[in-house]
Amino acid sequence: MKRQPKDTAESNRRITRRGLVVGAVQLGFVGLLGMRMRQLQIEESDQYRLLAEENRINIRLLPPPRGLIHDRNGETIAENTQNYRIVMVREDAGDVDEVIARLQELVYLDPSNLERARKEIKRRSPFVPVTITDQITWEELSRVAVNSPALPGITPDVGLSRRYPMRDDYAHIVGYVGPVSDYDLSRIDDQDPLLQIPKFQIGKSGIENKMEKTLRGSAGAKQIEVNAVGRVMRELGRREGDPGGNLRLTVDSRLQNYVQARLGEESAAAVVVDTRTGDILAAGSTPSFDPNKFVRGISVKDYGELTGNKYRPLANKSVQGTYPPGSTFKMVVALAALEAGAVGPEETVYCPGHMELGNRRFHCWKRGGHGQVDLNKSLEQSCDVYYYDLSLRIGVDKITEMANKLGLGVRPDIPMSAVAEGLTPTRAWKQEVKGQSWLKGDTLNASIGQGFVLASPLQLAVMSARIATGRAITPRLIKAVDDVEEPIRGGEDLGISAETLRIVRQGMYNVSNNRRGTAYKTRIVEDAMRMAGKTGTSQVRNITAAERARGVTRNADLPWERRDHALYVSYAPYNDPHIAVSVVVEHGGGGSTAAAPIARDIVLQALYNGTPALSAYPQKDRGRIETQQEKLKLHDFDAPDEGQNRA
Amino acid sequence: MSYLESNVKTVPTGLRKILYLNWPVILLLAAVCSVGFLMLYSVAGGSLSPWSEPQMKRFGLGVFVMFAIAMVPIWFWRNMAGLAYAISLLLLLYVEFFGDLRMGAQRWIDFGFMRLQPSELMKITLVMMLAAYYDWLDIKKVSRPIYVIIPVILMILPTALVLRQPDLGTSVLLLTGGATVMFLAGVSWYYFAGVIALVVGIVTAVFQFRGTPYQFLKDYQYRRIDTFLDPSSDPLGAGYHITQSKIALGSGGWTGRGFMQGTQSRLNFLPEKHTDFIFTTLAEEFGFVGAITLLILYTLILLFCAVSAFSNKDRFASLLTLGIATTFFLFFAVNMSMVMGLAPVVGVPLPLVSYGGSAMLVLLAAFGLMQSAHVHRPR
Repeated sequence: MKRQPKDTAESNRRITRRGLVVGAVQLGFVGLLGMRMRQLQIEESDQYRLLAEENRINIRLLPPPRGLIHDRNGETIAENTQNYRIVMVREDAGDVDEVIARLQELVYLDPSNLERARKEIKRRSPFVPVTITDQITWEELSRVAVNSPALPGITPDVGLSRRYPMRDDYAHIVGYVGPVSDYDLSRIDDQDPLLQIPKFQIGKSGIENKMEKTLRGSAGAKQIEVNAVGRVMRELGRREGDPGGNLRLTVDSRLQNYVQARLGEESAAAVVVDTRTGDILAAGSTPSFDPNKFVRGISVKDYGELTGNKYRPLANKSVQGTYPPGSTFKMVVALAALEAGAVGPEETVYCPGHMELGNRRFHCWKRGGHGQVDLNKSLEQSCDVYYYDLSLRIGVDKITEMANKLGLGVRPDIPMSAVAEGLTPTRAWKQEVKGQSWLKGDTLNASIGQGFVLASPLQLAVMSARIATGRAITPRLIKAVDDVEEPIRGGEDLGISAETLRIVRQGMYNVSNNRRGTAYKTRIVEDAMRMAGKTGTSQVRNITAAERARGVTRNADLPWERRDHALYVSYAPYNDPHIAVSVVVEHGGGGSTAAAPIARDIVLQALYNGTPALSAYPQKDRGRIETQQEKLKLHDFDAPDEGQNRA
Repeated sequence: MSYLESNVKTVPTGLRKILYLNWPVILLLAAVCSVGFLMLYSVAGGSLSPWSEPQMKRFGLGVFVMFAIAMVPIWFWRNMAGLAYAISLLLLLYVEFFGDLRMGAQRWIDFGFMRLQPSELMKITLVMMLAAYYDWLDIKKVSRPIYVIIPVILMILPTALVLRQPDLGTSVLLLTGGATVMFLAGVSWYYFAGVIALVVGIVTAVFQFRGTPYQFLKDYQYRRIDTFLDPSSDPLGAGYHITQSKIALGSGGWTGRGFMQGTQSRLNFLPEKHTDFIFTTLAEEFGFVGAITLLILYTLILLFCAVSAFSNKDRFASLLTLGIATTFFLFFAVNMSMVMGLAPVVGVPLPLVSYGGSAMLVLLAAFGLMQSAHVHRPR
């Protein structure tokens, strides 16, 4: 387009003129904004800031209530109770020492706690409230409240504290909470301001720890305006936090309580799994401890007793302890051999009491041998030589494959602390870890669940459940979060032929119900509740040739740590399996004498959903069982909770 | 095309154009954006996610777009102005009428990696359109009523659409931005005086008739105005934002509480802490010094734009540059006024600092235009 030069010059002048006007207006407005900033940030800042330092405006975090934990029937396992405490805010207090001195006249302050509180006051931001003392009585609290004008920066406070009404029963499953420590803070990458609250309780072990995110909830905060003596004038802002999610476990508290009581003083573990859903109905580990002690801060003496105990009360043996499964592993070898077609159900192997391999002699537990043994008899009487023979036919890889299929050597995905993976050895594993090649002798040892094989009681229970159903039963510990049901995982077919399973199940049935079975003495005579099982006795020491020659030392004559582990795995009822149970008694001796009786009691307790009828036991046991039932101290679930009326 | 023939030889060509960009503006923009990254990092509690990192990526994209636009001669963009305006208007219409039906009342178009709000785009294309219009219009005719009505219609169309969304902040920006370009182009003072007088008259009437049977507004609308004038009358209700941001600013003082130490924003008292109210975090954590620094950075950008515009003999280029600068000014002026309680809360982000993809991209594209005008100015 054409444009006259004069026009362009004129237009430019006009734009510049007008532009200067607009620019001046804009600059003026910028000046206004600057003035406003100055007004708010400098001049009026005494209204907001200066006194924010003297705490005209206070910001308080509102900790959300931690999620509750219930058992499958709604019994409370972990709850929050009121805890009275005294907190101090440095920027309100002014002279910290003076205020503490005055406070000391009113309440007893533990010197070591006080020292810690002083340090914390110095370290934290001036506006963070620091707990001076907690778990104080209502009277002490009132005394402080009445004298609050003389105590600037001191606030009586009601907090929530965790309580575990079931005490020892859930110490290992649920774990406990404790005050957040510097170590916790350094270890977890979490910007949650709640963690800055001194003595804020976070999960330290078990579900409390693993489900921390769900249970904790999120912080709320409030802003309050206070006058010169610290009296709250009004609330300026409040943002509620979200309470933590409530958990419902799959565990049945009554059964859990029974299992703990029945295991008693032994160093033992037992797991009950629902074979239909994979729900963990009970996971006992003894001896146990009272998690409430940890919440309050355990004394050095109590803690020393726990760590010094050779029965290791702090360890969660049901998922964390791994044991050579011993003869309970024989089902794995039997299933693997049958599936591989390496052996027929009728085929027999001759057991002279030992097997020669190279220049080594592998013994059967029965010195004289079992004679001709078929698969059924091999399980029923737990013949070792039969399995040595089978294992040489199929090799370790097939065994390991079947073991993994049944859940051994696979870490169960449940929110408990230190869940063990166990071990199902392979050639590659030995080469890598031990730096040695796999020997045939290793295969022989593995075939009877010795050597390198390790499994936790939970894995053994899962194995039984999988054998009982033929499906990939997967353990579940959390039934619901905030009443939203967690999905049941697994359960797909394992791909083991029905005939193979039938044969092995028949063998397990005979263990407990055939007169010659290793667990016949601990059978159940109630027809609807017949139990299938397998005993296991795993060595924790090598038996030398010399020792064998003079006769293997009896367990009772050995020091406790060198005695055999006693194991028993089972499921019941045989015809329509509901539950799978595993029991491990550390250094308990023989599986049939130490573990099987416990398993039978637990099975019946679970199936009867309470104290079983004596008629389920064989005639000659009934008298003994009756006294045992009477002596057992169980939690009274119908009694009012005694811990609640403290405040 | 005598203009082209006489000037094209002295205009830099090819990659040499990069040397002739207005580098101070680019550096200032980068500085402002960096303030944004820092604050977004802080309000996320010391984390690059969820805001700071995406914002950096968009900045990277925006800078690329800015350079690309700057490399294209300004006369091309002038010829594109009508098309750009038409497309923006169509997109506005599209989200207006199909946003409700298909996308659940969304006002943006999703491109996967970012969401584009047509109203953001319109802020710039309207300025382009008006600049092109006055470039075409004979300077002697600018104040004739018929030629005043045309740009007014060009402004009213998008404003009405945006107001329906409802987005009061953007409407104000569109109207004020457009009016400023008209004023710069030389439209007679009388028109502006008339409009201002009319607005003042209406506002007075509204308040005069309050309480009488003839009152213009509903009671609750009056109460909203009251709350704006005195936020402390309702600290937990409508005045909440203002009270909270005033506390944040006030507690910042001279030098602030320190980086990542702001309690107001970290404790979530301000729900829009990463978008419209991000200035409060800056003011709380870096105090008056930090706040005024940002204001100075903004003002310097305006000044460099003004200098570039005044030295540019091309009418379209200088109108466009000043229009863009004004839009930029309106962004931060409205946002800061609102945060500091000088204006009602209308929802305008702090330019290049608040979290948001479209606003940043559109602004950087606009500065691309400004750069193109600068590089290709007649010499």
